[in-house]
Formats: sequence, C-alpha cells, structure tokens
Amino acid sequence: MSEIFVSLPARTAPVKTEGFVPWVRSNFFSSVPSSLLSLLILGILLWVASGALRWGVFNAVTAADADLCQAARGIGACWGVVNEKARFIVLGRYPQLEHWRPVIATALLLGLVIASCSRYFWKPWLALLWAGVLAAFFTLMSGGVLGLTKVSTDQWGGLPLTIMLTVISMTMAFPIAVAVALGRRSNMPAIKSLCVIYVELIRGVPLISVLFMASFMLPLFMPVGKSPDVLIRVIVGITLFAAAYMAEIIRGGLQSLPKGQTEAAASLGLGYWQTQLKIVLPQALGTVVPSIMNNFISLFKDTSLVTIVSLYELTGALSLAVGSDPNWRPFKIEAYIFIAAIYFVCCFAMSRYSLWIEKQVAVGKAR
Amino acid sequence: MTEPIITFNKVNKWYGNNFHVLRDIDLTITQGERLVICGPSGSGKSTLIRCINALEDYQEGTLTVAGSVLGDDVKAIDAVRRQVGMVFQQFNLFPHLTVLENLTLSPTWVAGMPKKEAVERAMAQLERVRIAEQAQKYPLQLSGGQQQRVAIARALCLTPKIMLFDEPTSALDPEMIKEVLDVMISLADGGMTMLCVTHEMGFAKAVADRVIFMDQGQIVEQNTPEEFFNHPKTDRSKDFLSKILGH
Repeated sequence: MSEIFVSLPARTAPVKTEGFVPWVRSNFFSSVPSSLLSLLILGILLWVASGALRWGVFNAVTAADADLCQAARGIGACWGVVNEKARFIVLGRYPQLEHWRPVIATALLLGLVIASCSRYFWKPWLALLWAGVLAAFFTLMSGGVLGLTKVSTDQWGGLPLTIMLTVISMTMAFPIAVAVALGRRSNMPAIKSLCVIYVELIRGVPLISVLFMASFMLPLFMPVGKSPDVLIRVIVGITLFAAAYMAEIIRGGLQSLPKGQTEAAASLGLGYWQTQLKIVLPQALGTVVPSIMNNFISLFKDTSLVTIVSLYELTGALSLAVGSDPNWRPFKIEAYIFIAAIYFVCCFAMSRYSLWIEKQVAVGKAR
Repeated sequence: MTEPIITFNKVNKWYGNNFHVLRDIDLTITQGERLVICGPSGSGKSTLIRCINALEDYQEGTLTVAGSVLGDDVKAIDAVRRQVGMVFQQFNLFPHLTVLENLTLSPTWVAGMPKKEAVERAMAQLERVRIAEQAQKYPLQLSGGQQQRVAIARALCLTPKIMLFDEPTSALDPEMIKEVLDVMISLADGGMTMLCVTHEMGFAKAVADRVIFMDQGQIVEQNTPEEFFNHPKTDRSKDFLSKILGH
C-alpha cells in the first residue's frame, strides 16, 4: 500500500507585528552605548536643525530691502535678495521688456519634454512636435520676425539657457552615442578605430577645455565673420562631449547581452540593422537606463560651465545679477541656495523618471 | 531516398590558429533524413551543425545547403537561413518580446508577411507545440520546457526545410525533457529533415535514421541507431557508450 501524499496549501508570509516603538527600541536603544550614541546624534541633529531654522526662517528677512538685510547679517538669512533679483537670476541678461518670450519658450520646451516622458506620446508624430516646438523656441528667443525685436544669443541667459542647452545636447547626443557604441563593436576596422579615437580623445579632456576650444579656437580657423554663432558652437561642444561618455555606457549595455540573442536573430534571418533595432538595442538600452539618466543629470549641471565662454546660464546669471550689485553682493549665499533648489527640483524629477523607466523596462522580466 | 540537401565535402575549421575543430568532414544528408549527432564535449558536434546555417564559418572544403554553397556570399547565407530553423540549448528567446511577438518577428520583418497572416501562422505553430494559451506572456514567465517549445515554434514559423537542434534538452529540468522530445518526435513524423545534437538515446532510437558519432573534430562512426547502440564498431564509440549508458 502506498502512502498518500498531502500537499500543504501555500500560506502568506508572517506579518511583521512590530510598531514604531519596538522598532526604535531595537534599532537605537538596544544597549547602553547604543542609547548614548543615539542621544548624542539626536542632540547634534536638533542643534543643527534649530540653527538652520533660526537663520533661514525665524530671523530671516524676506523683504527686498538691502538695509534690513544688512542689519540682520550674521543672524538671519536675507531672502530679499531672491525677491529682488529672482528675475535676473532666472532670465539672465535677456531684455527686461521681452521677458515674456523666454518664459513662454521655456514653458513650451519643458511641456514638450514632460509630454515626451509619457508612453502615450510615443508616436511617430512626436518627432514633428519636437521640430515645431524647437522652431517656436528659437523664434521666440531670437526674434527678428513676426514683429519681435531681435535679441542676440549673447543676451540669452538663466534657466531658459540651461534647459535649452541640456535638452538639445541630450537629444542630439543620444543617437550619436548609439552610433558610436555600435561602431566600436563593428567588424570594420576603419569605423571601429574612428569611434575609438573619438571616444578616447573626448574623454581625455575636461568639458571646460572643449567649450573653450569651441568658443575661442574654432573662430581662428574659420574665415572672418563665417564662424557659426557661439551658442551653436557651445551646443556642438557639449553634445560631442556628452555623446562620448554616453557611447561608453551604451557599449557596456551592448556587451552585457548574451551572444545567443544575436545568434538567434541571425538564425531567424534578421540582418544587422534589424537585429540591432529589434533585439539588441531595446534590451541593451533597458539595462543602462540608470547610467544614462545619471549622465543626463550630470550634463544638466555641467551646463553651468558655459559661463566660461560668456554665456550666462542659471549659475552665470546669478553671479551677474548679484555679484555686480554692491548692495546685494554680501547675500550671494542665499541666492545660491535659491538656485540650488531649482537644480535640485530638476535633477530629482529626472531621477524619479529614471526609476519609472526602469520599472517599465523590467515588465518583460517580471515573473 | 531523394536528393541530398546538405553536403559537407572535406570541410575543415579552426578556432584561431591551433584549434582544429572540424577535420575533413564528409557528410551527405538527404531530404527528410533524421540525424542524431553525439560525442564527447569538445568533439565539434555543435560546431558542425552551427556551420549549416552559417553561425560559424569554415576555412577549407565546401558546404552546400539546399542548393547554396556557404562561403563569403551574403545572399547565399540569407537564402540558407530562411530554409534552416535552429533551436538552441539556452532557448535564446527574446525576453523583451511576448511569445507571440517572438514568433511573428521574423515572418513580418524578414519575409515581409502581413501582420495578420503572421499572427495566424504563429498561433498555428503554438497550437502544434501545445502552448497557444501562453501567447501573450513573456518568455521568462514560462518554464524551461515551455520556453524550448516556443523556441521550436519560432523556428518553424519560417517553414524551414531543415531543423537544427543544438542540445535542445540539456538545459532542462528532467521533468520537462519529455514534453520537448514529444514535440520533436511529432516533427520527425511530419517528414522534416532534422539534425539533432543530443545525448537522449531514447530519442535517437525512436526517430533517428542515422547516428553520427564524433570525436576530436572527426566523424568516427555512423550507422543506424540499432547497429550503433548494439554493435558499435570502434573502441572509441564503445567507450563513449559505456559512459553515457552506464549510469
């Protein structure tokens, strides 16, 4: 007679019954030294927080009054500087009467970027939308048509410039990076060595020197008056710089793909480009989303280096707005905190979006 | 028997300069023939069948598959790959595509088939391997045996004349080997030309017309399964059989 096998029904994992108090006790006050250390650290945190609150909130001056700020110096923050200079920090040297133009242009561009983040908009006409919005952006910013006064690019500045530089460099760097990454793995020696030289050359120099060369050296080799606008040169410089780094990230993703994937594609008769587009890139790019986003975020902050070539983006505009005014110069720190907050909001949004993308990519891998 | 569909004529292949992986391979396979290739690891059996759809190249001799001589000619390679389906040890399904998309990819992109027709054909193949209800899932949501059956269905979607199996059951849990072998047996009953690298001797006895035993890049012995398993001619094959049947 055989035994009867009874299979046990699956159960859910036991629920953790610990609440806040037991958790605190076991993690912070489990022993005497641990309790002492916890109290010490808590004390330091309270001390720092109260100091920050006193300086930043209770003793702070919010009115745009330089004398009041001067009086509160050392004991309270002077948010008045932000009140007074926000417009110049955010919009730079753009003519004051025309400030509505960069505001609308940037809103359009940001709206487009945010829309492009959503799956709903991933349609062929999105490319047309991009072309349209970019055309509108540059028309609004530079003027000279439709009754808008002409504003030369060296007067553009602040957040619109930062956002435009980042968005355009990113979107142009991405396809270049994919091409270079594929090129570095090519069987054709000429293409391969060209890509290697490009990547190694760009990675071997700091961004600031690339910008410097694009801005000051390139015109020396061009016929007088024929050199493209400094803004275009800077965009090309940043794009080439970002693309080299991104290409290496993407190459890493390509290499992580098992060889069997391309073999299976080959055995099904797919050609080189079909294999790359349908099989290799979707998977490789999926795995490198976090690194690419990391690259984007650092690129966003690296745009502050264009100040070196007299383009006053957000950080540059701040120095210009506050540094040039003796009344407000002492309160630069408060202004820096203000733009730090702007940078943080943008970078944090990008980082959150990267997490969302990762989840989307992981769909096929979920059990 | 009918005319030859695959002909190896003194085929030699080296990996690098020193590793002579295929040595003077002479082999003719006729349409509808079922071949099982066995041999110790490193004997060149996988390389041999990977040459047939040009996943590997060779340096000397000629290899003719379905009328095309495989060499540097890209068109010949394309033509051959459309007539040769391949199933891998590691399944090699595309994890970012659903089962159905895995099957329709090549018919729509390579053969230019309309989407609707490709889906119908894919579903028919999934029925054939008895897995149609999983069409909308992603490969990694399936068991190993199910994945391998999907891989077989995918290879069949291009209606190949020849099917290559490179150790199709070696990566499977023992419980799942049978479901894959059953599909392969039904395929063999349908008259498909099949080359299978495997150590499943039961399968070899059941369906193979011929067993090829390879060692050190050479074909040591070829015979009907009955003869090969019961009366192996060479010492090398006796030794090999005693090892794989002994346990």
